[in-house]
Amino acid sequence: MTSASSPARTLYEKIWDDHVIHRGEDGTCLIYIDRHLVHEVTSPQAFEGLRHAARKVHRPEATLAVADHNVPTTNRAEGIADPESRLQVETLSENCNEFGIKLFDMADKRQGIVHIIGPEQGFTQPGMTIVCGDSHTSTHGAFGALAFGIGTSEVEHVLATQTLIMKPAKTMLVRIDGELPVGVTAKDMILQVIGTIGTAGGNGHVIEYAGDAVRALSMEGRMTMCNMSIEGGARAGLVAPDETTFNYIKGRPMAPKEELWDKAVSYWKSIASDEGARYDREVILNAADIAPIVTWGTSPEDVLPITDNVPTPENEPDENKRAAMIRALDYMGLTAGMKLQDVTIDKVFIGSCTNGRIEDLREVAKIAAGKKVAAGIQALIVPGSGLVKEQAEQEGLDKIFLDAGFEWREPGCSMCLAMNADRLEPGERCASTSNRNFEGRQGRGGRTHLMSPAMAAAAAITGKLSDVRDFL
Amino acid sequence: MKPFTTLTAIAAPLPMMNVDTDMIIPKQFLRTIKRTGLGINLFNDMRYDEQGKPLANFVLNREPFTRANILVTGENFGCGSSREHAPWALLDFGLRCVIAPSYADIFYNNCFKNGILPIILPQDQIDEIMARITEQPGAEVTIDLPEQKIISGNKTYAFDVEPFRKNCLVHGLDDIGLTLEKAKAIETYEETRQKQKAWM
Repeated sequence: MTSASSPARTLYEKIWDDHVIHRGEDGTCLIYIDRHLVHEVTSPQAFEGLRHAARKVHRPEATLAVADHNVPTTNRAEGIADPESRLQVETLSENCNEFGIKLFDMADKRQGIVHIIGPEQGFTQPGMTIVCGDSHTSTHGAFGALAFGIGTSEVEHVLATQTLIMKPAKTMLVRIDGELPVGVTAKDMILQVIGTIGTAGGNGHVIEYAGDAVRALSMEGRMTMCNMSIEGGARAGLVAPDETTFNYIKGRPMAPKEELWDKAVSYWKSIASDEGARYDREVILNAADIAPIVTWGTSPEDVLPITDNVPTPENEPDENKRAAMIRALDYMGLTAGMKLQDVTIDKVFIGSCTNGRIEDLREVAKIAAGKKVAAGIQALIVPGSGLVKEQAEQEGLDKIFLDAGFEWREPGCSMCLAMNADRLEPGERCASTSNRNFEGRQGRGGRTHLMSPAMAAAAAITGKLSDVRDFL
Repeated sequence: MKPFTTLTAIAAPLPMMNVDTDMIIPKQFLRTIKRTGLGINLFNDMRYDEQGKPLANFVLNREPFTRANILVTGENFGCGSSREHAPWALLDFGLRCVIAPSYADIFYNNCFKNGILPIILPQDQIDEIMARITEQPGAEVTIDLPEQKIISGNKTYAFDVEPFRKNCLVHGLDDIGLTLEKAKAIETYEETRQKQKAWM
């Protein structure tokens, strides 16, 4: 409700205002942090800092830890072969033990990618501030929580004080009207958004996703979109909570219960953006204009519909962009003007905090059922968590995958960033459901094409970048 | 944290846009549990071949840029992963100041926590500095944080920096120490929160 005394506010502004502890003269604020997720890669130096300064964790129960980046996706019983990876995972266990933090260790079936387990456990709830030393923390914004990635110094700051020092961000509304065409998914929506605003387009902003096409998405789809906000430069993405959100959270282990549930829901309903709330920037897209998308280059903004051709640098007027395009085509081993559907691949990676959820696996199974992975292609499916894996197996999806020739792995970050043993060799080309196609991201010299799970499944079957609509 | 006041040093040109933190420090070096020792692997995949031999054409492998303390680069520097290993690697190499038209938010923030000053200048001013340090390799650039100005040859450029961040950098202040001075306010906030939103 708008009135003269309380101006219309956005979802972001409401969450921000509810978390300000102190506002400094230059507008720098001390913000309360409700939830903190911790993984093994970005936390050891933070715990070491606490120890060094003889500081305690301010509120241990607000933090949940899991090892995900370094964990093997095969032969779990044999432990971690790489000594550095093993030390990092062991260090996390020791730190959690010493500071009284709850940890899902490698043997726990709740173990998985940090951004999958938070929502799965009901740890992630609307209206909260949620941080993690990981840029894909933006995922949790799908619940209408203000969630963003932080560096290790800030991890230490949150552990010690349960707060962060920051200034308010600018706001951007991304509204996607209408209904998605067949074969087009949340992944295509967010790739289209990044292609539209550019990889730096959201710098300094928090994006709120709205419109009928966003409303129609499941929680999994909303998480996919919010996850990649950072690829458009925005530290956080948000979707206003609604019945879809409440239904997802209800009954999860860490969700509010009984009368607290009712109180929570009534608060959650109050945080949606007010009518007439103003954003610093608005981007409006039509769902009907979005096609199944693949990336051709080494930045997530390098997107094209699968029916298109590899771009030609000579047609790019901006000198810096032209130079970047020439470098990208050289790295990717692509020829300007060639058809994207003629690009052959070596590997397929299905998983990650972007697309490692049950709905993603169901989409893959729909395409893979009764088909075979093309000869010579290695296709990995890495569920986002032990619970996703269990659910998929209950539904018989693992059988479909294995029959088709996919590998069915243990949960973790895996080949999204190739910190464990799963990686591309130099020159290998991968159809990937992950979030970054940076040089070397999936292994030095590896070439990544980002796409939706259904598109990656189609590529696995044909051995080339393919249009999933030909399979429907 | 080491205070940052003024710095006169060799500036290295890296005229690329969207340099991501995977480029600054690739994932194979994130398996450390320390903050130090990452400088040798700064820009690893651009700086060394697959056998680990330095690539002569990469700027930080060329004299006099091996001694650079300032990096001049393109827009959206530090995009991608939140890894603070990126500023740790820059610092460990000796780079204490970056000059670019824009930065990714998390990287920008991480720099200040480590005594690195990330300066934002308009593209045309970057182009002038880039041209000078490319044509005269080893030309020094002066950064004056208290006065918020850069001196490059006979030109002076003013830059903006948030007062809070500037103060922390100039005095080498520890954020956690500053926040703990507000412990009472945090406690009050938590009490109210418990009353109003017990489920949180």
